[in-house]
Amino acid sequence: MEGGVAYENGLNFKATELTLGLPGSGETEGQGGVRNNNKRPMPTPETNEEESQAHKAADRGSTAPAAKMLCRAQIVGWPPIRSYRKNSLQAKNSEGEASGMYVKVSMDGAPYLRKIDLKVYRDYPELLKALEAMFKFAAGVYSEREGYKGSEYVPTYEDKDGDWMLVGDVPWDMFMSSCKRLRIMKGSEARGLGCGV
Amino acid sequence: MNYFPDEVLEHIFDFVGSHKDRNSVSQVCKLWYRIESYSRQKVFVGNCYAIGPERVAERFSGLKSITLKGKPHFADFNLVPPDWGGFVYPWIEAFARSRVGLEELRLKRMVVSDESLELLSRSFPNFKSLVLVSCEGFTTDGLAAVAAYCRQLKELDLQENDVEDHRGHWLSCFPESSTSLVSLNFACLKGDINLPALERLVARSPNLKSLRLSRAVPLDVLQRILIRAPQLLDLGVGSYLHDPDSENYNKLVTAIQKCKSVRSLSGFLDVAPHCLSAFHIICPNLTSLNLSYAPGIYDNELIKLLRHCHKLQRLWILDCIGDKGLEVVASTCKDLEELRVFPSDPYVGQAAVTEEGLVAISRGCQKLNSILYFCQQMTNAALITVAKNCPNFVRFRLCILDPTKPDAVTQQPLDEGFGAIVQACKDLKRLSLSGLLTDQVFLYIGMYAEQLEMLSIAFAGDSDKGMQYVLKGCKKLRKLEIRDSPFGNAALLMDVAKYETMRSLWMSSCEVTLGGCKALAKRMPGLNVEIINENDQMEFVGGCDDDRQKVEKMYLYRTLAGQRRDAPEFVWTL
Repeated sequence: MEGGVAYENGLNFKATELTLGLPGSGETEGQGGVRNNNKRPMPTPETNEEESQAHKAADRGSTAPAAKMLCRAQIVGWPPIRSYRKNSLQAKNSEGEASGMYVKVSMDGAPYLRKIDLKVYRDYPELLKALEAMFKFAAGVYSEREGYKGSEYVPTYEDKDGDWMLVGDVPWDMFMSSCKRLRIMKGSEARGLGCGV
Repeated sequence: MNYFPDEVLEHIFDFVGSHKDRNSVSQVCKLWYRIESYSRQKVFVGNCYAIGPERVAERFSGLKSITLKGKPHFADFNLVPPDWGGFVYPWIEAFARSRVGLEELRLKRMVVSDESLELLSRSFPNFKSLVLVSCEGFTTDGLAAVAAYCRQLKELDLQENDVEDHRGHWLSCFPESSTSLVSLNFACLKGDINLPALERLVARSPNLKSLRLSRAVPLDVLQRILIRAPQLLDLGVGSYLHDPDSENYNKLVTAIQKCKSVRSLSGFLDVAPHCLSAFHIICPNLTSLNLSYAPGIYDNELIKLLRHCHKLQRLWILDCIGDKGLEVVASTCKDLEELRVFPSDPYVGQAAVTEEGLVAISRGCQKLNSILYFCQQMTNAALITVAKNCPNFVRFRLCILDPTKPDAVTQQPLDEGFGAIVQACKDLKRLSLSGLLTDQVFLYIGMYAEQLEMLSIAFAGDSDKGMQYVLKGCKKLRKLEIRDSPFGNAALLMDVAKYETMRSLWMSSCEVTLGGCKALAKRMPGLNVEIINENDQMEFVGGCDDDRQKVEKMYLYRTLAGQRRDAPEFVWTL
């Protein structure tokens, strides 16, 4: 995965580095104590906002004690909305904006299309395996330079702009948000797509 | 002296509908009391512990409909531990024994067991209507009993209940001979639904006017239901996920076009934001729209939808509408009377609306009389403007997500803003405060809020004076609920007789002590003064230590039934 700090690679020098910012605000160094909306791995999501609010309040010289605001993460029953509503919103937020992200999949030569839920898959290998099973073909080996090598069929997708792209070029998340439909193209037509120039 | 025969009086009393008026009528003289009592069909009991069911059955021998409320309001926000009480079973059992001809049961914040639903369904052959709001304790098995045995059932309305779902067979328990349904709302159920059974039920219910579906009902079923029930007045869409190119969607568009009577729309519990345009055709007829469970509808789709809703009187929405969206509402919905803006992400603590949205609404919607507004910030200037634009508020509830936030511009407390509201809105009956507030706001409330019946206070005030102003000034106060505010014994004990003119008082995380509560209980035997002692925080010791023991949660209420016998061990009645 590109971006982000490689915590898995042993010593995390960033974490022990002395900075002026709050812990976790590595990307906003140089802005003093002011934080932006960086998400850091905290158990309670709202604690971010609490400290942010408290610091903002301290900056403004508000009369309300910062300690009170810091404790808001632990305030039972605030904001005052029914548990039923709170629970249903929580469920929705963890599901995402729409439950299920169905896209049509066509294969050249197949009599009818299929539909798959992209959200079910975590990455390209999983998706390709599912497509291969669904349409009984082999996609070949993907490389950035040569596209899918060793196969008659090539998985492609139509993106938001209406262009046909090779599956696998962009990061998975970007693919998820831009893929409108999939098409498993027959090798002869696929020549020129994704082949290194 | 009375020259009218009883039947004439009874006939005249028929025209007296509200229970408040009927209560007044019954106090005129013994004769009127007697006639009013046996002719009253609808009884309202605002606190199920204020009176026993036997007494109610005895006094109102013609009782057909009863409304019961159980737990204190703050139970909605998890401030009351489970097992506190509010059981409906004793009521159903007592009514069954007394052979009450019960036809309608409306419950709010009560514990409803499957057993009680089964007993209900078997004991009252004319039972027609069950409405449960914010209740818990039952499963779909209880619903199955109601479906199977209430032969005359017209209404089954489940609003925001916590129901344990044992899968969808309850719907198939409605017998084939059951054709009387007028209203069915199961939107709050989480499990699967027997879809063919639902379709058949709708097909054989020609009087069905209100139908609110759960998210288990997909688009194709919705479409077939709408074809069967074009006479619907009130529709709650369950799941609205579809492919805009599909045949199902086109069929839906046709079906919706036939639903010319729909006046109220809600739901969209699962929604893909495209193609709400199918509903644009019915939007101009809508008087009520509830999209507060549809976070998937926002930005352009939401605005486009709202621009068609010229006749809207009631709108419940999420704050992702934003201030700009509220401006669209203000310019489109000139008949708006009630607005509720809920937070779409309560856990993060950011709301997408500010004082600007509220001001825009107040400018555009002159008929506004009821508002619940969760927002990021507020200013005194905005509240003063709102008060000037909308003097007709009956209910005004403001919730700033940061509960002690001052005026966002001046950093002052919001006393002046709320003061303007209570001064301008002479008919104000319900008020909820938030933001940084001192004793001053309570001075204003005591001075101006003459019609105020319910007041909710959180994180506000500086001293006992605040609460004292309210108790002294608000003559019509019935319910007072306070949390996390510095009011103590001096305020609590200032006017103990007042509590007998009120339904209830809730105080949590305030400064009242065990000694103060005991003193109150001693002086007012007509009240139940209950302490909720969670986690063994307190010890029931006598003597001067009582005055040092702060009470975390106190709930007191007037009652004719004495100490309740179903209190759990963490509830002490003093």
